[in-house]
This record gives sequence, structure tokens and C-alpha cells, in this order.
Amino acid sequence: MTELVESLLRGLGTGSVYALLALGFVIVYKATRVISFAQPAFMLAGAVLVTYLAGPLGFWVAVPVAAVLTAGLALGVERVAVRPMVGRPAFVVAIITLGVDVAVRVVVNGFIGLDVRHVGDPWGLRTVTIPGTGIDLQQRHLAALLATTVLIGGMFAFFRYTRMGLAMRAAAYDQEAALAMGVSVGAVFALSWGLAGGLAAVAGTFAAAGASVDAALWLIALTALPVIILGGLDSLPGAVVGGLAVGTIQELTATYQQHAPWLGGNVSVITPYVLMLLVLLVRPYGLFGTREVERV
Amino acid sequence: MNTTGRRTRLRGRPDLHTSYAQELTLFDTRAKRVAVAGLLVVALALPFLLTDEVLQLLAVCCVAAIGAIGLGLVTGYAGQVSLGHAFFLAVGAYTAAVISGDPDGRVIGFGITNIAVWLPAAGLLAGLAGVLVAPLATRLRGLYLAIVTLGLVFIGQHVFSEWSALTGGAGVGRPAATLEFFGQPIAATGPLGTRDQKLYWLMLLLLLGFALAAANLARSKVGRAFTAIRDRDIAAGVIGVNLARYKTIAFAVSSAYAGCAGALLYTITGFFDPSSFSLLLSVQYIAMVLIGGAGTISGAIAGAFFITLLPRFTRELQAWVPFLSAQPNEVPNVFQVETILYGVLLIVFLIFEPRGLFGIWVRVRNYWKAWPFSY
Repeated sequence: MTELVESLLRGLGTGSVYALLALGFVIVYKATRVISFAQPAFMLAGAVLVTYLAGPLGFWVAVPVAAVLTAGLALGVERVAVRPMVGRPAFVVAIITLGVDVAVRVVVNGFIGLDVRHVGDPWGLRTVTIPGTGIDLQQRHLAALLATTVLIGGMFAFFRYTRMGLAMRAAAYDQEAALAMGVSVGAVFALSWGLAGGLAAVAGTFAAAGASVDAALWLIALTALPVIILGGLDSLPGAVVGGLAVGTIQELTATYQQHAPWLGGNVSVITPYVLMLLVLLVRPYGLFGTREVERV
Repeated sequence: MNTTGRRTRLRGRPDLHTSYAQELTLFDTRAKRVAVAGLLVVALALPFLLTDEVLQLLAVCCVAAIGAIGLGLVTGYAGQVSLGHAFFLAVGAYTAAVISGDPDGRVIGFGITNIAVWLPAAGLLAGLAGVLVAPLATRLRGLYLAIVTLGLVFIGQHVFSEWSALTGGAGVGRPAATLEFFGQPIAATGPLGTRDQKLYWLMLLLLLGFALAAANLARSKVGRAFTAIRDRDIAAGVIGVNLARYKTIAFAVSSAYAGCAGALLYTITGFFDPSSFSLLLSVQYIAMVLIGGAGTISGAIAGAFFITLLPRFTRELQAWVPFLSAQPNEVPNVFQVETILYGVLLIVFLIFEPRGLFGIWVRVRNYWKAWPFSY
């Protein structure tokens, strides 16, 4: 029982990282109708920036600064590589972001170098015990869960109560109508990329907390792709629910995979993809996605 | 009106077609026929002009071109974005390696080393894998499909690196298929030429066969159905194209091409391990198709040669740019430049010349066609 609850809690911790990443994907998709394959690169860039800034600034200052810097990087990428492609087929733009990802990641990997780099988080692998139950919970997972809750709350409030949030919702609903109503769709594009970059940087930091930043970190960001497919490409709640679900199922698989040795070690790495295939066979638009209606 | 074709053509009027058969001819103008024949003669004569090292690289280019043509059929012609090409390459490579492998060896092998057996088998099995994936492809569109095929690469990589009886395991690998044709070893220096010369000729001839087959498929009923689906799938469905059927055919043919390419690719280096079939390999093939020119066979071939020769060029670059290092553990090194170039070239081509190398060629041709006038 303890084992089950502990792996569930671990799953919520990793799941909240996925939720943050998936939120970035969905925000970009809603605004521009494009899946940004550049998210892994932004996540890695954010985590590496934190490793450099945590020394002089301290962890708590380094994370927001890195998030802002990564958002700036994302803005630049959007302006240079994505904006000229407005109106072109979505898959062409997606391939462009794939190109951005490959190129940016090489540069960022250059900054990782051969040293072991830590984000300098205050938690490490320490645990807290929930009183009365004997259940251990890693502090970093608790922190990730809390940070995600705060960020997601802020994000939903932003979309719900601010003028810019309203503009973004309008642009997501119908770009031309929003443009006619005086919404600067260009600004919406830019802001959505910036938000996605910032979220990716925070997610990267929590993904690397308690471990070190290395080039393989980007694979975690790719796990957010099955998450958004699972939740539905254009659903923000779907991204959160999908992220937590994928994280939990992944950790449960990791805990219990010794009972099925024929699956091979590390089968938990591919469970998100298997889960995605299964869900898509039943629901082609994910759990919460809007069904595409084709009018001729 | 004579419907037999060429003889009724007017000289100097390449766009004037007087019969449907003329429109469908593969090499419709004399200039095209002469150019293709000339190119072929040069390509066949290259082994007498170049060193073995370069020939080996060109052989790899030819094999990559077969794979790129396959991806071009499904992505360029039928418009279904597949990031899963690396998976089908892997299926083909392992099928061929298992069939021709040493039965007493460390990994599974059946000891049938004849290329006439393992090459079709590799194509067939990879094609079957394509058919198995196709139900997902017929249900999904656009970016959903791209992500699902990306998932396929990860699942495949896991299976291949865990199934060490088949693949030798991650980081160890297994020998590739043996090149032998009814008792005649192909990849061995003999009276006909050195190993690399013979490899190059073999791969060139295979590429020629596969390219012609693809070009013929593209101009058939099936090919027209592919383009109809790419241009507007709903409209295609309305005019009577069976979407599920033709998407399945597209995936099957494309995967079969990938399987053959995968089977041949590693016979050149002789050894391969499961980590080769990563997402980067898929991205490289996407880059070949898009940089070469989506929706053309010659474009896919040009793109494959371009992308495969790129590492060679970046290595030459080192002589010109002094701060680049050839050591993988120093920064910046040529390997980083190479990977960045994949990404940057993709972006630059998609923004500035979406029709790829083929589009550049069309522009050059049109310029000279109207010279000295601008149009």
C-alpha cells in the first residue's frame, strides 16, 4: 500500500513537469495551430541557464530570470523562423520548429560540455514523511507539484480575467474575426511563444532538480507530446490532466515492471507512447480535444 | 490524331501535348532523355575516376536515396507526414540481417545469404509493418499523425535495444546482411573491380530500379490518388478516391522502400546497433525529402545526395575555419556544425525555396529558357 501511494505521489511530481510542458505546447497550438517541436530545446536551454545563473544569483532568482531569458529566446525564434510562415500549411511550420529544435539543442549542448551541471535546487533527493502514515515523499516532487499548481492557477486567471488573455482566447477561436475586432494577432503569436518558452524553462528546472542537466533531458520534453495528444491538442485542462495521468502511469509502470521482465528494463520510458496509441485508437482527438469539423 | 505519342510532338514546343499518353511519358522531351542518359553514363563511369573512399560514400548516397524516395511517396505525394521512417528502416535492416546472419552466431540468423532472398523479404516485412500502422494513419490527420509516428520511433528503439537476441543489444550491435548473389560474393575485391567499385555499381543499379518503379507508380492511378489526397483529402473522397485504401497503400509502399534501404544501408559499413534508428535519422530523411523537393522523385534523390554528402563537406570546412575542431569532445566541432546545418538548412529551404533543390533547378531552367528576356 505504501509502495502504491508513494509511486502515485512520485507520478504526480513528474506529471506536473509534463503538465507544464504540455501547457506550453497547447498554448502555442491554440494561438498558431502549430505544434512547436522546439519546446525540448527551450526546456534544455532553460535548465542550462539555471545551472549558470544559480551560482551568482541563487536558485530562487535564477529560475525566474532563466524563464524570462528563455521566453526571450522563444520570442526571437518565433519572429525569425515562424512568423514568415504565417498562412502556410501547419506541417511545414512544424518541420521548421523541428529544425529550430535540432539547431538550438546543439548550441545548448555545447554549453553543458563534459562537466556535471546541477540546477542548484535546495531539495536534492531529500524526502519528507507524511505524519502518521509512514509515506515518504520527495521534496522535489512536492515542490514541482506546488509550483505547477501556482503557475497553472496564474495562467488560467490570466486567460480568464485580463484583456490580453481575452485577446488570446479570441484569436484562438477565430483569427480573422479577432483581427477585425482590433486584436493584434501578431502580439498573440509572440506572447504564446514567450509563455511556452518560460513554462518550458521552469519545467526543465524541475525535471533536472535532484539530478544533473545532461543532453538526454530533452527526451522528457518529448514525453509531453503523447501528453497533449492524450489530453487533446487544443485543451488546456486536457494538458494538465493528461500530464498528471501520464506521469502517474509512468511511475506505476516503473514500480511494478519487475513483475513483467519480458518487457525489458526501462519500459516506463515508452509507456506514454503506448498509452497514446491506445487512446488514439478509441478517441482520435484525445480525451478533451475538440472534434475537427470539416466544412466543404 | 495519332495517340502513339512522341512522333507527333513539335520541336521546340515541349509543353504542347497532343495525346494523354504524351502527358504521362516519363522522359517527355529529347533534352530530358539526353540529359538523363548522359547523367547515367557519367554515374556508371564514376568508379574509374574516383577513389574507393568517395565511391563508398556515393554508394551510401544511393541507398539513402532509395529510402528518401520511399518517404517522398508517403509525405511528398500522399501528403501524410511520417516521422517514423527510422522505424521502418530498422525493420528492414533487422529482417535482412536475421535472414543472412550466421546460424551459429551470437545473434539470431538463418544463414540464407543470397541478396535475392533477403532484400525482397526486408521490403515485404517492412511493408507489412507499414500496413499495420496504416489504420492509425487513416484515422488521424496532419500533426496527430506526425506525433504518432514519432511515438513509433521511440517504441521501436526500446524494443530493438531490449531484444538483444535479435539486435545484439544497445551499444554492441550485430553484423549486417551479407552481400552475395547466387554464390557470387558482391562485396569483395575481384577481377571485376574493388569492393567499393562493385558496391557502388550495385547500389546505383538498385537505385535506378527503385526510382523508375516509384516514378511509374506516381504517374499511375495510384499516384494520382496520392496527389488528390495530398491536395485536399475531402475533395479526393468526394470524387471517389478510397481514402483508407490509398493511405494504406502509401504507407505500405513507403515502408517497403524504407525496409530495402535499411537492409542495404548497413551492408556498406557492415555493422549496426539499435541506437542508429533514432529520431535524428527520421529527421534526416524528412530533410532529404523537403530540401530535395517534396512531390518529386528526382528531388528526393538530389536531397538524399545533398544530406548524405553534407558531413563530408563540413569536414572539409574545417580547413577553412580554423576554430572548428575535428575532435568530438572539443567545442565547437564539425559534428555540431553538421547537426546545426541539418536544422538551419531545413528552415532556410522551407522559408525561401519550399520546392527545394528541384525548385532551384526549375528556376535556373526557366531563366535560361527565356534568356535574354526575364520572362
